[in-house]
Amino acid sequence: MRENEIDKLKEYKYGFTTDIENIKSPKGLNKKTIEFISKIKNEPDWMLSWRLKAFERLQKIKEPDWQKPKYPKIDYQDLYYYSAPKTANSKPKNLDEVDPKLIETYKKLGIPLNEQKRLNGIAVDAVFDSVSVATTFKDKLNEVGVIFCSISEAIQKHPNLVKKYLGSVIPINDHYFATLNSAVFTDGSFVYIPEGVRCPMELSTYFRINASQTGQFERTLIIADKNSYVSYLEGCTAPMRDENQLHAANVELIALEGAEIKYSTVQNWYPGDENGNGGIYNFVTKRGLCKEKNSKISWTQVETGSAITWKYPSCILQGDNSIGEFYSIAITNNHQKADTGTKMIHLGKNTKSKIISKGISAGFADNTYRGLVDIFPKAKNSQNFTQCDSLLMGNKCGAHTVPYIKNRNSDSNIAHEATTSKISEDQLFYCQQRGLNSEEAVSLIVNGFCKEVLQQLPMEFAVEAQKLVGISLEGSVG
Amino acid sequence: MESIDFRNFLKVLNLSEKNLNSRKKEFDKFISLGFPSKKSEDWKFIDLNKIISKKIPNLKFFNELVNVNFHNKNYLKDIPLEIENYNYILSVNGFFKEVNLKYENEDKIELIRENKTLSENTNHSLTHLNNALYFDYLKIVIKEKYIFNQPLIFINLVSDNIESTNINFKFDIVMEKNSSLSLLDFNYDKSENNFINISNHFILRENSILKNYKINLSNNFNLNYSIQNVDIYKNSIFENFLISGGSDLVKNEIICNLKEEFSSAFVNGIINLKKDQQHEIRSKIYHLSENTKSYQLIKCSLKENSKAVYQGKIFVDSSAQKTDGYQLSKAILLNEGTEFNAKPELEIYADDVKCSHGSSSGNLDENKIFYLMTRGLNMQEAKQILLDGFYLEVIEKITDNKIKEIIKILMNIK
Repeated sequence: MRENEIDKLKEYKYGFTTDIENIKSPKGLNKKTIEFISKIKNEPDWMLSWRLKAFERLQKIKEPDWQKPKYPKIDYQDLYYYSAPKTANSKPKNLDEVDPKLIETYKKLGIPLNEQKRLNGIAVDAVFDSVSVATTFKDKLNEVGVIFCSISEAIQKHPNLVKKYLGSVIPINDHYFATLNSAVFTDGSFVYIPEGVRCPMELSTYFRINASQTGQFERTLIIADKNSYVSYLEGCTAPMRDENQLHAANVELIALEGAEIKYSTVQNWYPGDENGNGGIYNFVTKRGLCKEKNSKISWTQVETGSAITWKYPSCILQGDNSIGEFYSIAITNNHQKADTGTKMIHLGKNTKSKIISKGISAGFADNTYRGLVDIFPKAKNSQNFTQCDSLLMGNKCGAHTVPYIKNRNSDSNIAHEATTSKISEDQLFYCQQRGLNSEEAVSLIVNGFCKEVLQQLPMEFAVEAQKLVGISLEGSVG
Repeated sequence: MESIDFRNFLKVLNLSEKNLNSRKKEFDKFISLGFPSKKSEDWKFIDLNKIISKKIPNLKFFNELVNVNFHNKNYLKDIPLEIENYNYILSVNGFFKEVNLKYENEDKIELIRENKTLSENTNHSLTHLNNALYFDYLKIVIKEKYIFNQPLIFINLVSDNIESTNINFKFDIVMEKNSSLSLLDFNYDKSENNFINISNHFILRENSILKNYKINLSNNFNLNYSIQNVDIYKNSIFENFLISGGSDLVKNEIICNLKEEFSSAFVNGIINLKKDQQHEIRSKIYHLSENTKSYQLIKCSLKENSKAVYQGKIFVDSSAQKTDGYQLSKAILLNEGTEFNAKPELEIYADDVKCSHGSSSGNLDENKIFYLMTRGLNMQEAKQILLDGFYLEVIEKITDNKIKEIIKILMNIK
């Protein structure tokens, strides 16, 4: 009986596809594809030339290859760069008009829009493949002047804001995947919190990759004006699939004077099967800029999915007294690989940063923490605290820590510590003695190991994340 | 870069023609790789290529006038040690001049002057350079069960009238079963703008102990690079300690292979820099068998515009269960303009291990200075007491008492 249950859980919970006709761009990465994307999205000329500039540069640079997890060469000419659910052409005005199949999909995912609308008080900007199809709670946000819409809409309606901030943290001349995104990004979220406003609700987006052979290139831009506050939630699940899919999103955060941005992610994309076939390549560039004084950016991530996770949500602490935080849990099982961490660049005076990273590795997986703490000569009186712990289960997996620590200011302090160990027999024995089976015991202990990070998540996510931690490690303990 | 007349090179050094071809080949490999630069991960923080082209723009790999006939013992007077009281090996400008083992049973020690195998370390350009151009070679084999009565002092002397701007030599030690040796490696350099490249290969067979203390305190403007490859077998202990604060640029690479069970390695060091000095320690500890241990403790204090780098790596193979690996680096930045970079790496493939690393950097604690000043010390004294205490934690790790005393005197710590 129990085994049956476990078998059921082991299979990917969100492995299903919805059958919807797609509009696809022509295959391949070239000028025509970019023009097609720009045209279908009805973009102004400045946007198209911005994209083309990125594309021009893209042809001159190479993919980075210093990362730990290696992957087979990606044929960029064999990918589709745009696909949209057909129903999105005639935009629905409210939820009833949304394709019932889409609604069904969300229900399976556990985000019934109607229910959330009524009960949770969360505005959901659901991205199905690449186009936003339903946005809720607009009115309430409009009241306080918060702009929360898809980036395509923002390009049309708020061109000045987009022009000013798009690419200001991740410029088009950044690394390969960021530049690729700049050239071909299809959709994503745009958030602007006006001066002095505390966003009345948690903003949330569920991303979903649906159409086969579609790389997803999301672009998210969040601007928090003076003394404002916003908490943004991003959660991802993807259907089961055999071939590898590329996901190269860019997320830019800008915090002005006294503003605070909290960005939380739960990532549970298809990790490939037990033998390491398939799964998503998650190569994401996330970067936050504390542009003015007293600002704060906080990243929280729970990474349990994807065949390869390769991302470093970073903070550039430019304003004096600004604060950067990074909380991360990365769980890899079977043949998953993760190379993740953060960068804290201290430029302003009295800047502070804190990094808590928990890596758990099981099966044949490889989990790497890679981080940079860089205190510049002018960043007087800055402080950093870093803690990265790894947990190993079995001797076929690997856990690695590669921190780069640079201190160029004598008034600043850096403290870094890291440990690697396994779950002790004593702890397991104690739990089993109390009546838990070994899987439950592991799940409990791992949740305790991750507690510091889980605490940082908003309520809605914390529950889901705790379950995820347990499910991700099913079958890893014999 | 220039080419070298190897025939002339061999003639001047009085070497056999036998190794002409292998040296040529090694030199070609070096030329194709060039001096390591920032592009290489191991040299990310200190760009040797840039530093050499700035500091020694007219670097000559070989000069016929290399000072082979050096007999002036006056230099030894400057060394703050009564070397007559110890065993010693004297190397002058890269040539082994004198081996004095009067306190030992010489039957138990074998000296080998001819190098039969070149250290293979592909892609390592400085190893190729050393293989191609080393002036001299010495290998000491300590026979089974022999335990040294006195520490052995290795004096690496470079005179100020040397013509060459590049010195390479090799010094190897083989510890046979159940043997023991303490080695005090003393760098005494009087030359200017020289690039010194030393290669060591130490082998520790079962149950042996090698303690290697490396001291570089004489002020000079040289670039000093050394690489130590250490193979450690069952139950053996390798202890490495280094103090630096002499040469303008020092880089120590320490590679320990813990090849069999119950072997252990200790890598400790004090880096005490001023002016424009730069020092980097790059350690790689490979745990390749069960029940192996490694400990690393590095402390740095930096003044003026100096810069210290610590890159330490602990690698644990999937077969190396029950491994203990610890690593700690601390730095005190005393001035504006100083810089400390660390990259403490863990690469672990076994689950039943205890590995940790820590790294901290910052200025002296103002509360502590205040406390000491309320007790009547002036600022300078208070700082010095805190720094002495900071160093002492490393010095206390030295297990050879005689050498611990020598080092305390050299560092002026009571």
